[in-house]
Amino acid sequence: MGPLLVLAMLSYTIRRLLVAIPTILLLIVACFFLMHVAPGGPFTSERPLPEAVLANIEARYGLDQPLWKQLWDYLTNIVVHFDFGPSFKFKDRDVNDIIAHGFPISLTYGFLAFLAASIVGIALGVAAAIRHNTWIDYFAVCLGVAAQALPNFIMGPILILTFTLWLGLLPGGGWNGGQWQYLVMPVIALSTSYMGSIARITRSSMLEILHSNFIRTARAKGLPEYLIIWRHALKPTLLPVISYLGPVFVYVLTGSVFVDIYFSTGGLGQSYVSSALSRDYAVLLGVTILYGALTVIVNLLTDLAYAWFDPKIRY
Amino acid sequence: MRDARDRFLRNKAAIACMAVLFLIVVFVLVGPQFSQWSNEEIDWDALGDIQTMGAPSLESGHYFGTDELGRDLFARTIQATGTSLLVGLIGSAMALILGTAWGVIAGYVGGRTDNIMMRLVDILLAIPTTLVIILILIIAGRSFVALFVALGAVSWLTMARIVRAQTLALKNREFIEAARAGGVSETMIVFRHILPNLFGVVIVYASLLIPEMILSESFISFLGLGISEPYTSLGALIAQGAGTMAYGTLWQLLFPLFFYVAIILTMFFIGDGLRDALDPKDR
Amino acid sequence: MSVLNVQNLCVHFDTSDGVIESVKDISFKIEKGQCLGIVGESGSGKSQSFLAAMGLLAKNGSASGAVQLDGQEILNSPISSLNKLRGKDVGMIFQDPLTALTPHLKIGQQMTEVLHVHTSHSRSDARRHCLDWLQRVRIPDAEKRLNQYPHELSGGMRQRVMIAMAMLCSPKLLIADEPTTALDVTVQAEVLDLISELQEEQGTAVALITHDMGVVARMCDYVQVMRLGKFVEEGPVDSVFENPSHEYTQQLLQAMPRIDATHPIKVQSTPNLLLDAKDIKVHFPFKVGGHLFSRSVPLRAVDGVSFTLNEGETLGIVGESGCGKSTLARALIRLIEPTSGDVSWLGKNLTQLDKNAMTQARRDLQIVFQDPFASLDPRMTISDSIAEPLRTFRPELTSRERRELVQDMMNRVGLDASMTNRYPHELSGGQNQRVGIARAMINKPKLIICDEAVSALDVSIQAQILELLKKLQAEFGMSLLFISHDLSVVKEISDRVMVLYLGRIVELGSSTDVCTNPAHPYTQALISAVPIPDPKLERSRERIRLTDELSSPLDPKAFLRFLPSKIDSNEIDYVPKLSEVAPGHFVAEHDNVV
Repeated sequence: MGPLLVLAMLSYTIRRLLVAIPTILLLIVACFFLMHVAPGGPFTSERPLPEAVLANIEARYGLDQPLWKQLWDYLTNIVVHFDFGPSFKFKDRDVNDIIAHGFPISLTYGFLAFLAASIVGIALGVAAAIRHNTWIDYFAVCLGVAAQALPNFIMGPILILTFTLWLGLLPGGGWNGGQWQYLVMPVIALSTSYMGSIARITRSSMLEILHSNFIRTARAKGLPEYLIIWRHALKPTLLPVISYLGPVFVYVLTGSVFVDIYFSTGGLGQSYVSSALSRDYAVLLGVTILYGALTVIVNLLTDLAYAWFDPKIRY
Repeated sequence: MRDARDRFLRNKAAIACMAVLFLIVVFVLVGPQFSQWSNEEIDWDALGDIQTMGAPSLESGHYFGTDELGRDLFARTIQATGTSLLVGLIGSAMALILGTAWGVIAGYVGGRTDNIMMRLVDILLAIPTTLVIILILIIAGRSFVALFVALGAVSWLTMARIVRAQTLALKNREFIEAARAGGVSETMIVFRHILPNLFGVVIVYASLLIPEMILSESFISFLGLGISEPYTSLGALIAQGAGTMAYGTLWQLLFPLFFYVAIILTMFFIGDGLRDALDPKDR
Repeated sequence: MSVLNVQNLCVHFDTSDGVIESVKDISFKIEKGQCLGIVGESGSGKSQSFLAAMGLLAKNGSASGAVQLDGQEILNSPISSLNKLRGKDVGMIFQDPLTALTPHLKIGQQMTEVLHVHTSHSRSDARRHCLDWLQRVRIPDAEKRLNQYPHELSGGMRQRVMIAMAMLCSPKLLIADEPTTALDVTVQAEVLDLISELQEEQGTAVALITHDMGVVARMCDYVQVMRLGKFVEEGPVDSVFENPSHEYTQQLLQAMPRIDATHPIKVQSTPNLLLDAKDIKVHFPFKVGGHLFSRSVPLRAVDGVSFTLNEGETLGIVGESGCGKSTLARALIRLIEPTSGDVSWLGKNLTQLDKNAMTQARRDLQIVFQDPFASLDPRMTISDSIAEPLRTFRPELTSRERRELVQDMMNRVGLDASMTNRYPHELSGGQNQRVGIARAMINKPKLIICDEAVSALDVSIQAQILELLKKLQAEFGMSLLFISHDLSVVKEISDRVMVLYLGRIVELGSSTDVCTNPAHPYTQALISAVPIPDPKLERSRERIRLTDELSSPLDPKAFLRFLPSKIDSNEIDYVPKLSEVAPGHFVAEHDNVV
């Protein structure tokens, strides 16, 4: 990359950041208000507390302040200290603790599942397109279709049924510090359906590229097939795939909500759903904002990767 | 249009799927006539010994067996299938109406309006969809209406984006310019030229949204946040079946799973067939 | 021995509608150093026969017969042995140079890989060799181009890169498939000159596939006329052009408008002023810089154009891509709002009218577009499309009256009544263009703007549409603004011609004056670049060449390209004036040296 290119990429990055940051801030504000219109606070759900006690608790969490003040405090705490405040339910843990405990777990197998889905999916899609109308192609197409009907919460029971109950090969749940036996099934359960769609997208994109004029030119130059695929066809093929990978990463992370519960990994999803059921808005809000911000950042990275791949939009 | 129908009719997979889907709908409508139990009734005889008494059998009238609480799975599956189909239809219909309107206005008016409208969509899209649905269900309570609102609230966003992109492309086509040169007013252009040309894309996307809606609803139900008892949906049934499969009551998983997979696959093939038929370039 | 010897070549395609025979039993030879022209209209199978010979057919295609390259049989040989020939013994260039180059690879990479595959050049040798060839095809700043991506080059430069790439290994045969169709006429002239130079210098045999009889006349020694997959006529160029024996060849030659033809001038009885455009400007904001703080500069698409149009007159507007001719047309009827200027139409100032008044005025101002498919709503039947202006302007009509009017108009433009309920995709390009004309004519407007209305059509269809326009004009007496990049077509139909360059008029006058006595150097270059379908004349003509390609309208100096003295004296903003060199013949100020 020449210096000019670096400069162009840099300015592109900065401009995208200038859009991303207000988006995240707006997101925080929107979620904040959404939570506050929700009926019933965390302390009203159980047996009614005496007036004084309630006021006391509300004061402790700053809920007696005017709404804009609460929002301002909340916002500055996040931006300045990266602090999401205390949990409403657990007296000794704040939201940061809960995230710090659960998120690395969700992220670990989420990321592994993402890698598995992209690598296998792309490889399968490319193979299917190159060997168009052969058994590899049919296999990829079938997998792509089947994957649509096998989201993680269907894959989970199927996997447990096979590997734990019938074959007795893998433990049915838990985390155990991330030992591989405990990772296999969550990763497969999370990745299968995205693997299928990535293979589908790659295949149709590759087929289209292989029919394009510049591939004809490459053939007319006498290049061997592997060079045509590797040097000329692969990059443009991956463009639509890349723009799909960003959302997939986010889906995989949120999809972990199910996997966390089903395989009892102790990941963030478990805390999320339990906080949802117990109306622990602080946790709910914190996790939603975390995922939202992550989405914005992943989208940003996707766009940058896209720009790096395609010389035409680097402006 | 005539071509599109011919192309669709030539697509054997799509036609077969239409037939299967039709059978499922018939099953949902006619099935209750043959059911010997209602979906709420508890078969006290079976409750004690689900593994043997609750197994699928013609004699006991539990064609699909019973669930953990001794309720008839046949009746519950019918009710759940109906719910899932309804969720898919209504969710995608809401997406269709809201998304199309939003996208057409943003795309056709353009400029600042477009910017603001699409920025809003971007922000909403940044909140992961499952979280949005969970949030809405928590806030508004677990009811049919809240469920539809939640599904509609997330599904229209992508639709709006697709419609906007299509509108932008259409807006610069020469036939729009020709209409303008022919004195057709802007509103008329939208109704007479833009909307009919969006039809193909919108229908295709809406049909692909149906299985997605069913998926989302199942996911939510699986987590225990969906429609509340005694109503049920396929996702909830699958969740219950998956929870008890270790005790040898596999039918509790397999019957709902079969209907679920059948619906998703048929809807998917039908959507695909529609895309090939209506939008042959986009293969 | 012939370089290429094709015997009984047939090409079939397996499609869902059954087997399609696209090339039917053709045979031909190309000798060393010879240029063979294969001429035919779209769908005649001319490209497919060469793709078949080189094994480049689509997967559902199959070929039979025999093809020998230098005596060696190559048809249907395995890809690995074909790969040794492609790019080495046979170079190929294709029609659209933008899509024919890989978008994400630099020019240098795309060129050197040919040498890596076919020769044992070292890295630096290969690069030097490529640079050498880029210079030979006269690309300015060749060194810099090696590190650029295709989208950073202009269309003409891309085609030169394609040629340089095809010539890298000094092939025995160069297959040029419509190499200049997507290019401007002055660029076309240069690319053609380049190909014939290489043919002479290197002794390369050239197979030139084209639809343009003029290009054949300029380039080829021998010609094969192809129609519906068969050769209908063949022979040395001179004799085929002089004495075309097959009916189809005669048709092709007749249909081709010639810039050197003479037309009877229409006699204008009453020069009634219809339209008076004064100093029209259309500027678009254009972002430059592209970095953190981009600024916007005005792109002067149309920059001060004034002209008049009389009742029943045809004014031709000609210019190359980017000269602003289509923008001007749209600005006149306010499909694009002009930045400044006045359009006086029957005494009213169009630019001042409010929305309703403008809509009313549009009844008499109609436009026909370039792409007949794109300009019709694909979801409307053609009769609905034709009837649309009636629904707007004459809502009082009953549907029966409307149907009758539509039927009558369809009849007049040569559309069969049975087509009433057809959709655009069911009709051919020519028929769709008739629909477009019928729609424009249905309210009997006073002016019709034809924006490249025949450019997308085959020559024979083009001739029919031109005839139709003339016939309708004689019948209804409307005026025409006829816009085209093709000077010979414009001349064929226009009373007066206006030549645009970068949004400004360079010459305006009667069509005979402008075409036979061009006064401005740009017009001269344009005319001399237009190929004439007459081999003898074409070879003896003197060419006036412009030194470089059409420059960017963002470069202020570009406007003064024909007035370098003002650049030298640093008057960058100077606007060349129009002067009347003969009655009604206006020419923009220019220096005599180009």
